Amino acid sequence: MSDIRSTTENGSRETESLGHVVPLRVLLAVWFALVLLSLATVGAVRVDLGSLNLWIALAIAFVKATLVGLYFMHLRYDQPFHAIALVGSLLFVVLFVGLALLDTTHYQHEMIPGYAPAVRP
Amino acid sequence: MRRLENGAAHEIPHHFATPRQAYESGKLGMWIFLATEVLLFGGLFAAYAVYRGNHPEIFIYAHRFLDSRLGALNTLILITSSLTMAWAVRSAQLGNRRLLTLLLALTLLGGCAFLGVKVVEYEHKWKHGLLWGKRYRPHPAETAQEHPSAAEVLREAPLGDRTNIPPAAIGPSGLAFSADETRAGHADAEEPRNVQLFFGVYFAMTGLHGLHVVAGLLVIGWVFVRLRGGAYGPSNFEAVDRAGLYWHLVDLIWIFLFPLLYLIH
Amino acid sequence: MNGSTAVADNYLSHGRGFRSWFFTLDHKRIGVMYLASIFFFLILGGFFAMLIRTELLTPGRTIMDADTYNQVFTLHGAVMIFLFIIPGIPAAFGNFVLPVMLGAKDVAFPRLNLLSYHLYVVGAIFSVVSILLGAVDTGWTFYTPYSTTTHTSVVSMTLGAFILGFSSIFTGINFIVTIHRMRPPGMSWNRLPLFLWALYSTAIIQILATPVLGITLLLLIVERLLGIGIFDPALGGDPVLYQHFFWFYSHPAVYIMILPAMGVMSELISVFSRKHIFGYKAIAYSSVAIAVLSFLVWGHHMFTSGQSDLGNMIFSALTFSVAIPSAIKVFNWLATMYKGSIRLDTPMLYALSFLLLFGIGGLTGLFLGALATDVHLHDTYFVVAHFHYTMMGGVLIAFLGAMHYWWPKMFGRMYSEKAGRLAAFLVFVGFNLTFFSQFVMGSQGMPRRYYNYVDRFQSYHVLSTIGAYVLAIAFVVLAGNLIHSLFRGRKAPANPWGSATLEWMCASPPPHDNFAEPPEAGDPYDLEHLVYDESIGGYAPRTAREGA
Repeated sequence: MSDIRSTTENGSRETESLGHVVPLRVLLAVWFALVLLSLATVGAVRVDLGSLNLWIALAIAFVKATLVGLYFMHLRYDQPFHAIALVGSLLFVVLFVGLALLDTTHYQHEMIPGYAPAVRP
Repeated sequence: MRRLENGAAHEIPHHFATPRQAYESGKLGMWIFLATEVLLFGGLFAAYAVYRGNHPEIFIYAHRFLDSRLGALNTLILITSSLTMAWAVRSAQLGNRRLLTLLLALTLLGGCAFLGVKVVEYEHKWKHGLLWGKRYRPHPAETAQEHPSAAEVLREAPLGDRTNIPPAAIGPSGLAFSADETRAGHADAEEPRNVQLFFGVYFAMTGLHGLHVVAGLLVIGWVFVRLRGGAYGPSNFEAVDRAGLYWHLVDLIWIFLFPLLYLIH
Repeated sequence: MNGSTAVADNYLSHGRGFRSWFFTLDHKRIGVMYLASIFFFLILGGFFAMLIRTELLTPGRTIMDADTYNQVFTLHGAVMIFLFIIPGIPAAFGNFVLPVMLGAKDVAFPRLNLLSYHLYVVGAIFSVVSILLGAVDTGWTFYTPYSTTTHTSVVSMTLGAFILGFSSIFTGINFIVTIHRMRPPGMSWNRLPLFLWALYSTAIIQILATPVLGITLLLLIVERLLGIGIFDPALGGDPVLYQHFFWFYSHPAVYIMILPAMGVMSELISVFSRKHIFGYKAIAYSSVAIAVLSFLVWGHHMFTSGQSDLGNMIFSALTFSVAIPSAIKVFNWLATMYKGSIRLDTPMLYALSFLLLFGIGGLTGLFLGALATDVHLHDTYFVVAHFHYTMMGGVLIAFLGAMHYWWPKMFGRMYSEKAGRLAAFLVFVGFNLTFFSQFVMGSQGMPRRYYNYVDRFQSYHVLSTIGAYVLAIAFVVLAGNLIHSLFRGRKAPANPWGSATLEWMCASPPPHDNFAEPPEAGDPYDLEHLVYDESIGGYAPRTAREGA
């Protein structure tokens, strides 16, 4: 990171166009939405919807993450490749979790001596 | 043309042709680094998913020992510090030095507050012996008093109903116990088996996240110190920008950790 | 540009002394330091291999006891994998060649590059320290509960591997950014040399898989130090989950090893067949395809470990699909050679060995990917032979090919062609003798990692050991030849082989800044315009008048 110590303060016209300045209004609105969504997650857990609760919580978290990514992290105004890098890495996490979860129904209770249940003859 | 640009921007590293190339390279490098961070945490999320998938009863039981109010408070703190960080980047871009100083200070403060709350939580777990694997030594009576809801879960339903694990086949080839036995075995228990798994996952996830918060604070602190030397301006805000990206990633991860660890239903 | 530029100032003479090397930001010096370190660990790993093979000459004790044997094969694996073969081609040749191939002055982040080398050194020190503290005996995979119960220094070795992982990640970040942002005018993605496509795909894997190794080893360290209980079955943890974690990195990691080797192959085959590469796009995109598919097949290491049946079937099917892009490459290389005027210089001999050995290694991989066959062959010498055919017959052979190919560029000296060919021949013979016998005994049931064996396997083991000794002799010849060339070799021309990629357009060895002006990039495989020039002993572009 530190080797991109860049230009002088009186940089050329080209340097001034680097990056996009996000309007303050947008930043505050995003923050407000994030707070609301956080409260929504806390609220949603109080309603019993069975296994749906987990997915609702994850969906809200996902929306929050998208907001942070798009506005706080400038993805909306940036090179699309940056978004591809982030989304790509998330896809690989999903892949990892998904394939590891395939085993879920194949586990048996622990077989450590002292813990294992008695075997019936 | 190329030489002209080189002349205009004499402070960029020699191997870049233009300031834009330098800026875009740095930013891309940062994003790819963030992708590696996502995968680093991805491993822990996989561990979480696998254990929760196999032993939902442990997660339902043990999450009640976490204080979701403190978790929510930390969420608000981190979100707000993310706002101040994004705002700080904006003021760096606009060259507003005083605002930048203030906002970075607020961000640092937010990070410290987050860690403070975390310390309170960890201390509570430590006191009650609610720790990972080998060190899990709960004091049931005391803990039950303080967390009546956890004891409730146990009374609600036999835990055999709450696990995904199918009863093993009876016979010489496999583990042999019938569904009834599973239930009977668990209903008598004071708590589900292997609760330490939840705390192992909890401490691994929040611990690694905490380390990232510390790293983020160090990076922002470094930016802050350099700020006093007048290091940043409208055409020179990369360091603030990169530190900001890192801080937002830390926030992103917490956004997922909070509901997964504190708000289990 | 022209071959006779005997520039006084090249990167080797630019600054003297230890500090000018160890703290350099020059990607070429970092590449050379990597090459030296990596070669050192190749020799160390080879030394352990010799110990293993000597021990296995006879059933029972030959030169060491069983516990030492466990440590020796673990060290052979860990040193070869983490210190030689993973950094191997990308860190040594990639660092040296990538920026020059792009006509750039350096990689995008020279400091990060240096940091990557320093981390490599630190990681290597931890690994060596672990050998001194009581070498690990778990096998290089550190499976739990072996690694949670053994008394050897698992923490030091895994910490070393963890640090080496960061070194690898930083190299990957540098390569991706450099290729994205620093291509010269005229070099579109479809004119990127295939070696760079391979490095790019490698970097994708380094970026996405290595962090998972990081968290795996971190959890393992925490497991040993604090007993966190995530992987330790005694604490309710799940050892199969450890295997998922480990192979999510370590299977893609074998493509971190083989993809750069394939990139080297694409360069060598085209240059030494004096022919434009056949199927450029197919080779380029198949590299990326391999990178992506490599993430989908890790479960084929766990067919017998109690993974779910559905998982087994999915992973088996996906494993077969990796054969497609690999075969696309092999067919395109063969098509490139077809009707070319093939020159059997030393690098090409390695390339041809690669084709044959990787072919065998790849095809036996399909045996192991098939569920029913795998149950029979799992954990036998068949597996050992398979991965040595791909890793050594593939990666090491390509590494040696790359070394002979870029040696004149790196050091400005030509080695003896005769000795080079002799070494290549000995490597080929010794390799096949060592590992083909292992295919046979593996399929007959000789288990891997065993200290003792029944008598009827002894003849195979003796053959294998003789092959290993031949390999050792081959390496002595090879190293002697290259070292001799440094002092006595004839001065290398800028372009001794007649290749059209940009690194051959600057002097040998290249000047400190590679190119004063970014060169105009053309088709990297258009070899027609290069003609041999007796006076400089190398190739030079046909001048416009001659060409017309």
